[in-house]
Amino acid sequence: MRTVHYHSREHYRDKVFPGPFYSRQKALNVNREWSRWYDYLSVPAYSCSTTEYFAGRNACAVFDLTPMTKHRIGGPDALPFLNRLVTRDVARIKPGRVGYAVWCNDEGQVIDDGTIFHLREGDYRLCSQEHQIDWLMINALGFDVTIVEDTHDVAGLAVQGPTSCAVLKRMGLAGVENITPFGIDFFDFEGTELTVSRTGYTGDLGYELWIDPGHAEILWDRVFEAGELHNIRPMGSDALEMLRIEAGFILAAEDFMPAMQTVRPSHTRSPFELGLGWLVDFNKPLFNGRKALLTEKENGSRYALVKLDIEDNKPANHSYVFDMKEKNIGWVTSAMWSPSAKKNIALATVEAPHGKVGEEMQVEIYYQRELKWSRIMARAKVVKDAFWDPPRRRQTPPADY
Amino acid sequence: MKKHDAIVIGAGHNGITNAAFLAKAGLDVLLVEKNDYIGGATVSRNLHEDWIYSNCSYVCSLLRPEIYRTLDLAKYGLQVVPYGGTVTISQNGDYLGSYIDHDVSRREMARHSHRDADADVRYWRDIMRQCRFIRQFLLRTAPDPASFKPRDLLELLHIGRKFWGLGENVIYDTMRFYTMSISDFLDEYFENPLIKAAHAGSGIIGSALGVMSPGTAYVLLHHAMGDVDGTVGSWGFARGGMGAISKAMHDCYIDHGGQTLAGSGVDQIVVKNGKVTGVALENGDEHHADIVVSNMTLPRTFLECMDPADLRPEFLDKCRNFKIRGSSGKLNIALDGVPKFTALRDNQELMYTDMHLIDSIERLERAYDDWKDGTWSRDPYIDMLIPTLTDPTMAPPGKHFMSVFVQYVPPKVKGKDWTDADRDAFGQTVMNQIEAYAPGFKDLVVHAEVRTPRELENEVGLTEGNIFQGELTMDQLLFNRPIPGYAQYRGPVKGLWMCGSSNHPGGGVMAAPGANAAREILMSLRKPSNVPEGWLDD
Repeated sequence: MRTVHYHSREHYRDKVFPGPFYSRQKALNVNREWSRWYDYLSVPAYSCSTTEYFAGRNACAVFDLTPMTKHRIGGPDALPFLNRLVTRDVARIKPGRVGYAVWCNDEGQVIDDGTIFHLREGDYRLCSQEHQIDWLMINALGFDVTIVEDTHDVAGLAVQGPTSCAVLKRMGLAGVENITPFGIDFFDFEGTELTVSRTGYTGDLGYELWIDPGHAEILWDRVFEAGELHNIRPMGSDALEMLRIEAGFILAAEDFMPAMQTVRPSHTRSPFELGLGWLVDFNKPLFNGRKALLTEKENGSRYALVKLDIEDNKPANHSYVFDMKEKNIGWVTSAMWSPSAKKNIALATVEAPHGKVGEEMQVEIYYQRELKWSRIMARAKVVKDAFWDPPRRRQTPPADY
Repeated sequence: MKKHDAIVIGAGHNGITNAAFLAKAGLDVLLVEKNDYIGGATVSRNLHEDWIYSNCSYVCSLLRPEIYRTLDLAKYGLQVVPYGGTVTISQNGDYLGSYIDHDVSRREMARHSHRDADADVRYWRDIMRQCRFIRQFLLRTAPDPASFKPRDLLELLHIGRKFWGLGENVIYDTMRFYTMSISDFLDEYFENPLIKAAHAGSGIIGSALGVMSPGTAYVLLHHAMGDVDGTVGSWGFARGGMGAISKAMHDCYIDHGGQTLAGSGVDQIVVKNGKVTGVALENGDEHHADIVVSNMTLPRTFLECMDPADLRPEFLDKCRNFKIRGSSGKLNIALDGVPKFTALRDNQELMYTDMHLIDSIERLERAYDDWKDGTWSRDPYIDMLIPTLTDPTMAPPGKHFMSVFVQYVPPKVKGKDWTDADRDAFGQTVMNQIEAYAPGFKDLVVHAEVRTPRELENEVGLTEGNIFQGELTMDQLLFNRPIPGYAQYRGPVKGLWMCGSSNHPGGGVMAAPGANAAREILMSLRKPSNVPEGWLDD
């Protein structure tokens, strides 16, 4: 079942379409507010983003990620194709495993980041924020690969938080607790195949469930039935945004500009500049951006993406970053007060050579109290680790809560 | 007789803009116009009952917002309403719409090609890179690369810095872009014929080149570099027709003490002892000024309105060689109702937008083949709009004005001057073309004005009917426009200036040539410039 009909002449009558979980979301979305995520209606918050956020850190939160761009990549050359496409060594992502990846243009500038699911031997799913068919097809020239965007053919549901494993076990997914982080397993579910990966965008224990859209509603129902005893809640994108910032995860078009849509060439970023140098494997003889990235590794980068621990409690959204001599060295791309770390946190872009772990900076924060605007210069420190990284994220089998 | 500080010839939008800035600077300015109405090709005409036609230019995007603001055109009644979107209708009854909404546009392209829908992001990124580069030079005088004057050297340095600032790869892209055909350029992004045809139209509008001719990629840029309220590439309707633009400019000019004489053209620009002294009008009147600014085309100014004895032969030869070939015609149609396009039967929303009848690069090129053969295209490319669906002021309720721009139409038919019979036959070709896509269309026609290059030249003064006052190719752009060595609005005779679209940055209702010329004139008089610089966008 497809949810969005591209080929219909009528598609323009609605600018946005209900997703496969829409009927269930509609019943629970008491705010009656909807946002758009590409072709789909998305929920910013069902009732209260704080409550939904805490469900993700304290119990179990469920998020519809169907609108995420998904591609199926197969054929004899799938591995060499992917290996030349992305910066990391895809051969190391074994069947049944998922790998985070980043891909660049020839100048070593990031086009997008995403996840590669090695579903079965030689059969891959590539998930990304941006649409990638144009770039994938450019890269496919001369390769024996099949590339299909199947965004609308796969419904995705993120089940995240400390009780998420307990929920899936209660659903009857036998052995789900044995999936290790970044692992994949398949289950029979109501006459179809349910794919479960231990992945997520929250930096916590969590799973992502993938199914054909025709089974989306029953999947939702089973998850919520099982979750009733485990404090389950639906979660909107506002809460997810908080969870991913705490986890230190970057977001395309927010923390960096995807190169394919960046008009000002100097506004793109390399993997090193995004703190993703660990995803670049120079042992591979050829991949997009290799030469440029090698040069950058030798000569240094222009920017660094840093995690900031900021004094005071006022969120530093859209703030300028200064060094201790009041020189403007960058800007904040994502910021929040972290309820779990009890810290004022931010992701920021700073000019090289700034950005070393432990470096002190200042952040110019504008804040409003009863309409009146005020400004403070708050001290901030570059930190190395994610603001939130609980041991349960890596524990297998996970505890029930 | 009283002597003015400056006389501006031609009350088109550039002439009025030029006159308005000079008058605002305190000069005593006389604006002369051959027609008994102002506006030139930026005009609203009442040619049939209660209908108002934008009978030449018909949509607005290029008009520099800095000029709009500085001349306070909003105060003088100008309102530009963006219409948003286009539709390209194919012969098989399908269409490709483009919408303000990015996701809807993407889905619509994906209906024809999934890959192209995605490639469109890359395409617009690259077009916008070129737009950003060119936009910053629109309100600047082009430097003379052969000059050693400090000002030229500084400006060359400025351009050079911006150019190198583009980055290595964009420099390569830019060099290629300026010399490519729109057809080749589009092949680097798209696979679907309808999607390519939809993009290609802007590469040839107003140009006597085909989609496969080198240099047409730039013509596309010329149509994409404007904006409405900061949205680059957006187009709008001037409320009340395009004449609302020239009227607002003219009201501003009059408010600043300007005078206008309409109804008699210039017979000759008078030169004595190597200096301009004024103009002699066709009605026998003479008017005097030390500064004469021509908004006429380059050939009309120098080959028709000056004594060749006052000019160097080499300069005159370059004027003769200036490429200003007519390539388009226009039908202005009063309609009894809204036509029904078969392809749009289920999507009336697209009737509000810019509608095109074309579906392949090859058809566009064959239309150009007819032009080369000295006839109008038998299967013409049509760019049409119904502004009255948006603007309530141009026709009675329920009645409509349709602007139909047609390409290609040659300046001469098989080498001979246009006759009325030719014009009527051309009009029928266009009517039949529209009827083929919208059965019953002809029955709705209440009145139609058919304009070939002959009418454009005779009525508006556009040589050969070229709507840009000269072809927009690299040999006639920037410091080469109109002629190398004369790209700074200063004519070859002391006191003579040029402010029309034959000059940098070229045609379209941009008003930049008029404003830039005013800046140069004020500078030559050692007066402070009141002409705005372009707004920065880093």
